Amino acid sequence: MTDELEQFKHTFFIECGELLTDMEERLSALSVESCDRDQFNAIFRAAHSIKGGAGAFGFDPIMRFTHALEATLDELREGRLTLTQPIINLLLKASDAVTRMLDGEKNGQPMEANFGADLLQQMQEITRGGAPAAVMPVIDAPVAVSTGRRATYKISFTPEPHFFDNGSEAAPVLRSLAKLGTMTLEVATLSLPPLAEMQPDTSYFSWTITLETNADEAEISECFEFVSDRATIIVTKQVDEAAVQAEMAAPAEAPPTETAAQKPAATTANAAASSGNGSIRVDLDKIDRLVNTVGELVIAEAMISARLRDMPPQYAATLQREVDELAQYTRELQEAVMAVRMQPVKSVFARMPRLVRDTAAQLGKDIQLVMQGENTEVDKTVIEQLADPLTHMIRNSIDHGIETPDQRVWNDKAEQGTITLSASQRSGRILIEISDDGAGINRSRVLSKAKQKGLIPADATLSHEEIDNLIFLPGFSTAETVTSVSGRGVGMDVVKRNIEGMGGTVYVESVEGQGSHFTISLPLTLAILDGMIVRIGAEHYIIPITSIVETLRPGHEAIHGVNGHSDVINVRGEIIPIVYLSQVFNIPDANHDPDQMLMVMVESGNQKMAIVIDELLGQQQVVIKSFEANAGSVQGISSATILGDGKVSLILEINDLKDMCRGHRPPTPSPTHEMAEAA
Amino acid sequence: MTELSSDMSQFLAFAIDKAEYCVPIMTVREINGWSPATRLPNAPEYMRGVINLRGSIVPIFDLRARFTGELTTEDKTHVVIILAVEARNFGLLVDSVSDILTVGADCIKPAPSESTDAAADFIGGLLMIEERIVALLNVHNLFDLNAVETIQQEVA
Repeated sequence: MTDELEQFKHTFFIECGELLTDMEERLSALSVESCDRDQFNAIFRAAHSIKGGAGAFGFDPIMRFTHALEATLDELREGRLTLTQPIINLLLKASDAVTRMLDGEKNGQPMEANFGADLLQQMQEITRGGAPAAVMPVIDAPVAVSTGRRATYKISFTPEPHFFDNGSEAAPVLRSLAKLGTMTLEVATLSLPPLAEMQPDTSYFSWTITLETNADEAEISECFEFVSDRATIIVTKQVDEAAVQAEMAAPAEAPPTETAAQKPAATTANAAASSGNGSIRVDLDKIDRLVNTVGELVIAEAMISARLRDMPPQYAATLQREVDELAQYTRELQEAVMAVRMQPVKSVFARMPRLVRDTAAQLGKDIQLVMQGENTEVDKTVIEQLADPLTHMIRNSIDHGIETPDQRVWNDKAEQGTITLSASQRSGRILIEISDDGAGINRSRVLSKAKQKGLIPADATLSHEEIDNLIFLPGFSTAETVTSVSGRGVGMDVVKRNIEGMGGTVYVESVEGQGSHFTISLPLTLAILDGMIVRIGAEHYIIPITSIVETLRPGHEAIHGVNGHSDVINVRGEIIPIVYLSQVFNIPDANHDPDQMLMVMVESGNQKMAIVIDELLGQQQVVIKSFEANAGSVQGISSATILGDGKVSLILEINDLKDMCRGHRPPTPSPTHEMAEAA
Repeated sequence: MTELSSDMSQFLAFAIDKAEYCVPIMTVREINGWSPATRLPNAPEYMRGVINLRGSIVPIFDLRARFTGELTTEDKTHVVIILAVEARNFGLLVDSVSDILTVGADCIKPAPSESTDAAADFIGGLLMIEERIVALLNVHNLFDLNAVETIQQEVA
């Protein structure tokens, strides 16, 4: 196979991936009550495209399989076959089979020759089409670009008002037209009067039809034979276009000898197929390079600004305006480049309805999935890593959260449980929430299980929230038996670690008997951060602005010691624990003014804490640099950046701080006055 | 270790106090002067911090502190050797760099196994050149990432 063909193979697999995702989404959305022609058409087109490409690359088994799939969809869209639940299931399984067959080819390990034979047979029986295999490579030949005279016609079909009088109907006419090729139509309903004035035996609609076909005008006119005297029919032939409504089938069926002819056809086809609304496909590597370079640009610009600040004013003034402009453009460029990598979470959410359907069915539960905010955009790398945790959490809700229909009825709930999956942007972060109206977390069971496994000391007393979040501890599972769905006890802690690895947090809120609500909070982007630079002792650190709630300078009467080993502060009635970084990080010569300590209140998940600092140095946008590869991970530090002066500055990992505080006593002499209990 | 001819290898030699050490030349990325490093919290004493090496973050380890526990009082005359080992980059703070040694395999002797001082774990061999004995450092387990993490957790 030539190199060019190999390159197209790669593109083919990517596009097939998209087509299959789309197909699965549509198949999942099909239901026996609401199934319209458009859906069938769309699924048909997807199968058709895959078939064509498979043919071009010689994947015969895939071609045969998708042909049967295509034939089944054809029967459905023509109305010759009625959609039933078993058929929906068969189509879903078929789509899975195609995915696996394509994956096999992609990985160089094709499935065995009779893979999916039973599904193939079932589809063939349904379509009563006999032997699609024999017909298969030939069947589309008449559609081939080289020999057929494929053209596009615009047909305007306007029945007269008394059209129905002799029993004429528009639908059969349109159906027969559709058989000639690929048809799209628009109906004009302007003539339709309000319901009160409408006469049911008067025809009000007219149609504009676009038909791509090999048939000539005579054949098209034949469709209108019986109605031509009662309707105005105008057929105009459009200019011959090789790539109108391009499908990969087109280049695939061109004569195989001319790779040169294939190449432009394939590229226009691919370009047209993917440029439905003017988009292009770009290698992720190119985007990463772009992001990195822009990141370095931001750092360089910060250095220039810093130098300018240090220059004597009379020289600085000459440059200030230009440097300000530079800063502004750099910021704009940065925002634009970050936006390039953002994608709607839809692609991750799309797999969930199917997951819910299958898992609920497996467990005998009735559950509907409501999704909101699917168009919320997130960085591409985040999307990829989101799939696993999300899948697990939804499985968890289905398995442990939502009760069986009987239990629900017994508890005066609707038989059908609801899981709501939503995504939203809030203050520089993405929030993904999964809530269910199930049984909530069984706190007594969780607590006893945790004590039993030694995850917490036997005499520990915990708040409701703390108990709920025990489920995120490693090795935790309250399932009595390990089901294939969940319950192996490796779940929630891996979920938490995955999410924290993305720089996010996850926590759960639950009401027993009513349901649970999981919240995942992720940074909008993984590369650039708005940070607040603070000084403690001689060290500088950066706190992500999105974590900062407020800054405080309380008098020492607001600070209370609790049980002799931790300090808290009362902020407008809320008790917030105090973190002495000088202690936790062993920073020498931190000089906290005992009378008026300066603190930054931060939030991690739904927990707040107040970090004591010596000085606030200012806000800056910084480029995140990972040092893990070279220096390993450091508790309390998420990453580093390079400030305008060229020095490395560390970015705090707020999530870690709470754990790091345990066991640290406040500095002595304590600036607080001890009280037996906080107010 | 790359071989030049049948069994010759090259090493970069450096000194800490009077003792001489060396590392395989192919692991050496560059040699810089000392520049202030940003300390990492709760890091072992010999971990002096991280520096900005043309955009990437590189940790600097104080070899004297690693071997003897005594911190180097760094100044402009000290040298940082940047090594690249298995996709990790890190720097060694040493007193001075001397020369490049080209030796045959027969000049490399195994490290003495009875030695009990801390440095013994990191010595991969001894180079005998005329009157000099130069210790070959085992760069792989000098600063094992996991070891650093474990120590951090103990300290915390």
